[in-house]
Amino acid sequence: MSTLAVHDHGVVHHDHDQEHHHTDTFITKYVFSQDHKMIAKQFLITGITMAVIAMLLSILFRIQLAYPDKTFPLMETLLGRFAPNGRLDPEFYLSLVTIHGTIMVFFVLTAGLSGTFSNLLIPLQVGARDMASPFINMLSYWFFFTASVIMISSFFVQKGPAGAGWTIYPPLSALPKAMGGSGLGMTLWLISMVCFIASSLMGGINYVSTVLNMRTKGMDLWKMPLSVWAFFLTAILGVLSFPVLVAGVVLLIFDRSFGTSFYLSDIVLNGKIMPFEGGSPILFQHLFWFLGHPEVYIVIMPAMGISSEVIAVNSRKPIFGYHAMVYSLIGITTLSFIVWGHHMFVTGMNPFLGGVFMITTLIIAVPSAVKTFNWLATLWRGNIRFTPAMLFAIGLVSFFISGGLTGIFLGNAALDINLHDTYFVVAHFHLVMGSAAIFGMLAGVYHWFPKMFGRLMDEKLGYLHFWITFICAYLVFFPMHFMGLDGVPRRYYAMTEFPAFNRWLSVNTFITWAAITAAVAQIAFLYNFIHSIFWGKKSPQNPWNSTTLEWTAPVEHIHGNWPGEIPTVYRWPYDYSKPGHDTDFILQTTPFSETMSSNLPHDFEDNPVGLEQYNQWAKTQRSSEEVK
Amino acid sequence: MGFKDLINSKKILSLFAAFMLLGTNLLMAQSTATTIAGTDTPEQKADMWLGVGYYALLLLLGCVIVAIIGKILKIYDLTLQMQGRKGLNWNNIIGVICLIFLVAGLYGAYWSLTVQGSGILPEAASEHGAKIDFMFWVTSAITLFVFFITQILLFGFAFRYRGSEKRKGYYYPHNNTIEKLWTVIPAIVLTILVVFGFFTWRTVTNVDNKKGDINIDVTGHQFAWEIRYPGRDGKLGSVNYQLYTANNILGVNFKDRNSFDDQKADTLVLPVNRTIRINIHAQDVIHSFYMPHFRVQMNAVPGLPTFFKFKPTITTSEMRNRLDDPKFEYLLYCNKICGGGHYNMQKVVRVVTEAEYQDWIERQKPYLSDQLKKELKLADRGEQNKAGKNRIALNN
Ligand code: HEM
Ligand SMILES: [Cu+2]
Ligand SMILES: [Cu+2]
Repeated sequence: MSTLAVHDHGVVHHDHDQEHHHTDTFITKYVFSQDHKMIAKQFLITGITMAVIAMLLSILFRIQLAYPDKTFPLMETLLGRFAPNGRLDPEFYLSLVTIHGTIMVFFVLTAGLSGTFSNLLIPLQVGARDMASPFINMLSYWFFFTASVIMISSFFVQKGPAGAGWTIYPPLSALPKAMGGSGLGMTLWLISMVCFIASSLMGGINYVSTVLNMRTKGMDLWKMPLSVWAFFLTAILGVLSFPVLVAGVVLLIFDRSFGTSFYLSDIVLNGKIMPFEGGSPILFQHLFWFLGHPEVYIVIMPAMGISSEVIAVNSRKPIFGYHAMVYSLIGITTLSFIVWGHHMFVTGMNPFLGGVFMITTLIIAVPSAVKTFNWLATLWRGNIRFTPAMLFAIGLVSFFISGGLTGIFLGNAALDINLHDTYFVVAHFHLVMGSAAIFGMLAGVYHWFPKMFGRLMDEKLGYLHFWITFICAYLVFFPMHFMGLDGVPRRYYAMTEFPAFNRWLSVNTFITWAAITAAVAQIAFLYNFIHSIFWGKKSPQNPWNSTTLEWTAPVEHIHGNWPGEIPTVYRWPYDYSKPGHDTDFILQTTPFSETMSSNLPHDFEDNPVGLEQYNQWAKTQRSSEEVK
Repeated sequence: MGFKDLINSKKILSLFAAFMLLGTNLLMAQSTATTIAGTDTPEQKADMWLGVGYYALLLLLGCVIVAIIGKILKIYDLTLQMQGRKGLNWNNIIGVICLIFLVAGLYGAYWSLTVQGSGILPEAASEHGAKIDFMFWVTSAITLFVFFITQILLFGFAFRYRGSEKRKGYYYPHNNTIEKLWTVIPAIVLTILVVFGFFTWRTVTNVDNKKGDINIDVTGHQFAWEIRYPGRDGKLGSVNYQLYTANNILGVNFKDRNSFDDQKADTLVLPVNRTIRINIHAQDVIHSFYMPHFRVQMNAVPGLPTFFKFKPTITTSEMRNRLDDPKFEYLLYCNKICGGGHYNMQKVVRVVTEAEYQDWIERQKPYLSDQLKKELKLADRGEQNKAGKNRIALNN
C-alpha cells in the first residue's frame, strides 16, 4: 500500500508540474503559499484577529452607552486624544461604530468566512488538487491582508478613522470638514476597501471556476454538498456586485480629492458655500446598496451552507429537501440583486420605486423560510450528536429565525417609516446577519478544524463557548427591538440628551454587561483554538463519520490533496442512516454496487443501467427469500 | 470525592464574590475621584492600574475556575469509566440544556415582550400613523406566532432526538407535498402583507399638494433644525443656497414676493387635524427628519428637497393626559448619522388647537429681520455699482 502511494504521488507530480513540496521554503510554505489549505488557514487566522479587534471596539462604545456620564481614566491612557478626560469623543464614538461595522461585515464575515471555507472546502469537497489558479488565490489573500493593515492603520492618523458609518453616505463622507473622520481616515478607508474588493474578486473568480471546471469524476452539480453550492453562489454574487461598489467608491474618491460633484450639490458647510453642483447623494446610496444588499447574503449564504452540512452530518440524516435547499439558494442569489432599495425607503428615493422594492423584498423572505423549515425537518427524527459545531449550527437557525422575522417588518415600506435607522434595525441585522453568520463560521471552525490542523478541539470548552455566547447574544440584541420601537435612533453617542430615553439607560447597562460577558467567553474559544493547533488530540481521518470527499483525503496535508488518483464520486453527499446499510453513513466514493442492500430505486433516477442492475438484484433477493 | 469537590467549589465561589466586591468598590472609588478632580494625579494613575489589576485578576480567576471544573469533569468521567460504567453522556446533558434553554428562553422572550415591550412608543398621533400601527400589530401577531412555534420545534427536536447509540436517524430525504406547502403558505401570508403594506405606503407617500395644507419648511444643518412658516399668504418664498449669509442662513430669495412675510420659529407648532406638509431640506450633509410619535420620517438631502404630509390628531396636552405625564413633549430629532452632534439635534414639536395655533403664529417674528433688510439694501447698492458681480455682499 505504502509503496503504491509513493509511486502514485510521483505520477501526480509529473502531470501537475508544480513546484515539489520538498523544495518548499518557510516563505513559500507559510507566507506566500499557493496551497489552498494554507491560504484558508491564513484567511481564518487573519479573520479571527480582525474579529477580536472589532469586538474590542464594540466593547469600547458599549461602555460609552452604558455609562455616558462616567469617566474611565483607562480609556484616556489607551486612546489618548480620542478619549479626553477618560470619556470618548463623540466623533471618535462614530469612528468606532464605523470601523466595527466595516471590519465585521467585510473583513470577518466576508473574507474571513468565504475566504477560509471556500478555500478549504471547494477543492476538497469537489475533488480537485487545488484552486483553478493558485497564484491568484495567493494574491487574493495578500490583497486582503494589505486591506486589513490599511484599515487598522487609520487609527493612527491625527483625526482618527472614518466615521460616517459603515455605509459611508456622502456628503458626510465626502466633505473632509464635515467631521474629523472624513479626512485622511476616510481616504484610508476607501483605499482599504478597493484592495479588499480586488481580493474578493480574485477569490470569487477562483471559486467559480474551480467549481465549474475542476470537479472530480462523477461529481456532477447535483452531487455537490450544500456547502459547495453556497460558496459557489456566494462567489457569483460577489463577482457581480462588488464591482459596483468599486464604481461608487471611485466616484467618491473623485468628489473628495478632485473636485467633481457626483454626489454633491447645494452645500453650505460651516457657513461656507461650496462650489459643488448637480450631484445626487442618492446615487451613492444606490451604488452602495446594489452591493450592500447582496453583501448581506454573501455573508449569510456560506454560513447557511456550512450549517446545512453540519446539521446533516450530526443529525445522522440526509438534509431534508436537498433540491429545495439548492433552489432556495439560487432564488436568494437572484432576488438579492433587486431588493437593494429597501434600505432607501425614506431616503428621498421616489416613493413609487420604494413600493416596487417592497414587493421584491418580501418575496425574498420565501426562500429564506423554506430553508428554515428544511433545517427543522432535518432535525426531526434525527439521531442528534451534539458536537460544538452542531450546537453552533442550531444557534444559527435560531438566530436566523429571530432576525429574519423582523425583516418582514422592515421590508414593509410603511412600517419602515418609523423603524428605519432605529435600534430595531440594529437588532434585526445583528441577529440575522451578525450572530447567525458568526455562528455559521464558528460551526465551520469546530467542524473542519481537524481537516485544517489534523487535531481535534476540546468539546467541553466548545460547549461552554457556545452556551455563553448564544445566551449573551440574545440578551444583547433582543431588548434592542423595543428601544427601536420606542424610536431610539442608532448611532447616538449618548441618550442622555433626551429625558424620554432615560428608561433605556438601565437596559443599555444590562446590554453592555451581556456584551462584555460574551466577549470574555471568546477567550474559551481562542484558548481552545490555539491550544488545539499545537497540543490537541490527534484527529482520525474521518472524525465525524461524514460522507463527503474531504474526509477521504489523508490527515497529513499533502500538496494535491490526495495521494494517487483523485477519488471518483458515485452518490450524493447525504446518505446518512440509510436503511439496509451496516454503518450510518456511506461515503460519496462508495459505488452503489457495494451497497446493494441499501440501494433505493430513487438512487437511479438518471441512471438506467444502474436501475436495471438494481431491479435484477431486487428480484433475485426476493426469489431467494421465497426459497427460504 | 463528590463532596470534596463541592466544598472546593464553594470556597472558590466565596473567594470569587469577595474579589468581585473589592474590584467594584475600587472602580467606584476611582470613578468618583476622577469626576471630582478631572486631571490625573499620580495617585489616580495608581488607582486606575489597581482597578485594572483587579479585573485582570478576576479574569484569571475565572479561567482557573473553568480549568478546575474541566479537570473535575474529566476525572469524574474517568472514574466512571474505571468503575466499568459508561462515561458522561454529553448528548443527554446537552439535550437537557437545550430543553432548559427553551423553557427559560420562552419565558425570557415573554418577559421582554411584556416588560421592555411596554416602553415602546404610545399610539400614533397622526392619521396615517394609526394605519401603520394597525399593520404593525398584525405583522407582530403573525411573526410572533411563527417565532414561538419554530423556536419550540427547533429546541424541542434537539432535545427529543438527542443522539443515542441505540437509534439510527430516519432516512427521509424529501417530501414534495410538504415542501410545496411550506413554500406556498408563507408566500400567501407575505402576499397579503405586501398588498396591504403597498397600499398603505402609497396613501402615505403618494399625495398631491392641496389648498389649505399648511406648508412648513424645515432645514437641517450641523447640528440643528431651522423652521420657517409661510406667513399670511400661505406661501413660502423660494430658497437658493448661493444666497446664504450669516443673517439669511436659509438662503431665502427675497426677489420672490412670497418670502416677504415668511416667519421664523423655534418650535414646530402644528394645529391639530390640519394637513401639514413639511418641506425638508438639508444644507450640509444628510439628516433625517424623524418624528416617531407621528410615524413620520424622511431624510433631509442636500440638493434634493423632500417632503412629508401628515395630519396630527392628538394635541400635546391630550397626549399628556393619556400618558399621565405632564412633561411629555413630541419631539423632532435627527435620525441619520451627520457628525459629532448627531445625537443631540432635537426640536420640540407641539400640537395645539386651531385657536392656539392662530394665536401663536401671530406672535412669530418675520424671517426678514432688520439686520437682513440692511444687508439686502447694501447688496442692492453693490449690485448697482458693479452690475453682475452681486456676490460681494452676499457671499463673503
Ligand atoms: C427575511 C428576509 C429579510 C428582509 C425582508 C429584510 C429586510 C431588511 C430591510 C427592509 C432593511 C432596511 C431597514 C432599514 O434600514 O430601515 C434591512 C436591513 C438590514 N438587513 Fe435585512 N432583511 C432580511 C434578511 C436579512 C438577512 C438574511 C441579512 C443578512 C444576512 C440581513 C441583513 C441586513 C443588514 C446588515 C441590514 C442593515 C444595514 C444597515 O442599515 O446598516 N437581512 N433588512
Ligand atoms: Cu437588504
Ligand atoms: Cu443630523
